[in-house]
Amino acid sequence: MSNSTIHATEARTDEPTAGSAPVLELTDVSKSYGAERVIEDLSLTVTEGEILTLLGPSGCGKTTTLRLIAGLERPNGGKIALNGAAVSGPGRFVEPEDRGIGVVFQEFALFPHLTAAENVAFGLEAWDAADREERVEELLDLVGLEAQGDSYPDELSGGQQQRVALARSLAPEPEVLLLDEPFSNLDVDLRVKMREEVRRILKETGVTAISVTHDQEEAMSISDRVAVMNDGRIEQVGNPEQVFQQPESRFVAGFLGHASFLPGYVHGGEVTTGLGPVPRDQINGLAGTYDRTRIDVLVRPDDIRAIPVDGEADGRVVSRRYLGPTVLYEIHLDDDTAVQCMHNHDESLPLDTTVRIELDADHELAWFPTDQRPLDDE
Amino acid sequence: MATDHPTVDDASDGLPLPTTVASGAVAAAVLLPLVWLVRTALDVGLAEAIDISTRPSTVQVFVNSAALVVVVTVASVLIGVPLAYLTVRTDLPFRRGFTVAVSLPLVIPSYIGAFAFVSAFGPQGAFQRLLAPLGVERLPEIYGFVGASLVITLYTYPYVFITTRAALKSLDTTLIDAARTLEHSQWEAFRRVTVPQIKPAVGAGSLLVALYALSDFGTPAIMQFDAFTRVIYVEFTTFGRDVASLLSLQLVAVTLLILGLESHVRGNEPLYAGRQGGRTSGTVRLGTWKYVAMAACLAVSGLALFVPLGILLTWLAQGGAEVGNALAFQPAYALNSVGVSAGAALVATVAGLPIAYLAASHRSRLTEAFERATYVGYAVPGVVLGLALVYLGTSYARPIYQTLYLLVAAYVVRFLPQAVGSMRASFLRVNPALPEAARTLGRSSFGAFRAVTLPLIAPGLFGGAALVFLTTMKELPATLLLRPSGFKTLVTHIWSATASGYYGHAAVPALILLGVSALSMLVILSQEGYDVK
Repeated sequence: MSNSTIHATEARTDEPTAGSAPVLELTDVSKSYGAERVIEDLSLTVTEGEILTLLGPSGCGKTTTLRLIAGLERPNGGKIALNGAAVSGPGRFVEPEDRGIGVVFQEFALFPHLTAAENVAFGLEAWDAADREERVEELLDLVGLEAQGDSYPDELSGGQQQRVALARSLAPEPEVLLLDEPFSNLDVDLRVKMREEVRRILKETGVTAISVTHDQEEAMSISDRVAVMNDGRIEQVGNPEQVFQQPESRFVAGFLGHASFLPGYVHGGEVTTGLGPVPRDQINGLAGTYDRTRIDVLVRPDDIRAIPVDGEADGRVVSRRYLGPTVLYEIHLDDDTAVQCMHNHDESLPLDTTVRIELDADHELAWFPTDQRPLDDE
Repeated sequence: MATDHPTVDDASDGLPLPTTVASGAVAAAVLLPLVWLVRTALDVGLAEAIDISTRPSTVQVFVNSAALVVVVTVASVLIGVPLAYLTVRTDLPFRRGFTVAVSLPLVIPSYIGAFAFVSAFGPQGAFQRLLAPLGVERLPEIYGFVGASLVITLYTYPYVFITTRAALKSLDTTLIDAARTLEHSQWEAFRRVTVPQIKPAVGAGSLLVALYALSDFGTPAIMQFDAFTRVIYVEFTTFGRDVASLLSLQLVAVTLLILGLESHVRGNEPLYAGRQGGRTSGTVRLGTWKYVAMAACLAVSGLALFVPLGILLTWLAQGGAEVGNALAFQPAYALNSVGVSAGAALVATVAGLPIAYLAASHRSRLTEAFERATYVGYAVPGVVLGLALVYLGTSYARPIYQTLYLLVAAYVVRFLPQAVGSMRASFLRVNPALPEAARTLGRSSFGAFRAVTLPLIAPGLFGGAALVFLTTMKELPATLLLRPSGFKTLVTHIWSATASGYYGHAAVPALILLGVSALSMLVILSQEGYDVK
């Protein structure tokens, strides 16, 4: 984890939710392809019945992590335990078919030569015929495809294919369900609808689920907890609100939503910034050792308001992006920093308007020591 | 994302052991005849070997064969690729019919074509007799290089046609649309988008053509053209075993050179090319050019199909006069042909399966070597392979010498790559996530193969088997050399009937052979992924 976590004082939810048992535990797992290290010392605990999402940009190793858990890849180091028993570790590797882990693949991977019902029944080979038939019916029912059992995958729409894929992976009652970018193959309207649908189905079955996505909105909306990954490591794990409001690294702050960093100087009960003083109470967990140092305060676009003025101003509008209900402005401050702010679509500021900025946040703000500012700040 | 992890295994990391062992065994068995060649060649002695190899007559044989291969391959590409484009991407009328018509020459063994062409266009052949009233006394010589390259091209260009057609059909036409919107003309889009996409397929087809041209026995024999195969056979039958084995080695070396070239051209073709089947829509409008295109299709198929058919029917008509001859055709010959061909197809499919699987799913030096090994067996000309197995049979495998087992073994060694190639292509089309999904649903890796991969590659399996069946039906030299005494097939009957001048007796088996071969062709055409639309 990034060393910017040192200032974190508040209890975090990297630990499993109290009261429930860990189902899946990854300890110092690593994976390389040749000389390329894809996963580095990754540790993660997933508790019973929760939905956890691995969120990160392409190539951060999240799909590889999923494949390691499923047993489709062998790790180079570390241990993976399911219900307390190692399935992958030194001298031990349980084949994917013996793990009891279900997977919903990115492109669904429905067997094109089998009908929807046959796809769902695929993992129930060992069941007796009557039970199998009943289970298939139950699952098709659960995903709302009672009528499509005899259709072949290419006769189904994208959303229906996804439901079949979900039903198929849930049928053998897996301990853990893995979902690899489950919504990336659907168009936008359907995606939002299916997110809620999938969450409902997962919660209804009570299965423990790990999903993978690069879409932060998706991660926020379906997960109980989010693990943000970058470059083969987990940067932060927590519930969606925490990860969004109190990011522990600049990467997490930037990856989840728009982030602006406002330089400030800590002294006494205040932090002086280009927008005037901010009370120290409003900065989350700013320890005494940071007195008389420079910090960057994280401000989200909805934390600030820009008010057009003629006289003394803080900066001017350099760009505006129309997002429908809201407009996102970028304001260039006089001290050469840029901040973003979000307004309702009915409050229009033309480009080049000189503005005064008001910090208007009713929650604690996150911050990062200035000396940890990356050299190549993106 | 699927792109997060490479699907190519490094080196031999993670090769499934039983499959690898099976593949290794098959590859070794296929290479065995080559060992004989090398051994016999070593017996010759270095000084004499150099002497034989540098004789002007030997050098001439090399030049002849090389010229034949180059001309036939280039001509096949020039015929096969445009025809494939016309039947897939344009609004050519009767595309379905033309597709069948220009594919059909593949079912005609080139030696039947060669007989027919000699008989039709020979200096005093049927065509000359037709023209005789016009005062034409003699036609120009068809024997030699011109005749050999013409006939082999006409009966092998369908390899290029079929592979190119398959590639064009799976080509995602949105790529072409994209190029057009980027200000490329139809022709520029073809050159910069279509050509790179179909190049591997054209290369694969050309490889088959080049290997066929190099190893064809019947056509050079009939056209009296001194290619490697003809000279080797003549030397062997006149006790020139040294020369035969040295020439055979040279021939194998040329084959390896061709394989190397093809491998170089093929480069790094992706193992799994994205989604299954691209969008294929939109056709190129030919306008008035369609008459030219139709004329070209008609000319090619007419020359390749109607000349031999016409000649065969003429023979058939004349054959009635020779009833009662000891060479008369018997139906059992047809059953013999079908029997050994089906046996070869079955064995080749089973033997090729592990190699095709490894080559498609675990690319490494070792698996590539296995796949290449099967091609060497294919490229060893039937005549050389036949002689090699005669020797092996008489020295080490007496019990199966002159039995059907050895005959079928020869066919399998010879035609294995057709099964491997077809199955490998099918394996590549199977999304690797499918067997993985089966694993996560509780199937072992073998169980996943049986329940998911096998049904999906079934068309490729049958396609490969049909191809082996088809070519085995036509195989001449290996059959001549290795059949049990008294065992006659359609092919051997045709050979002896035509060799002794009783053309009439060759007509019926030749026509039956064409019929059976055409049936196999229909199997290939109706196969999934190759529907004639």
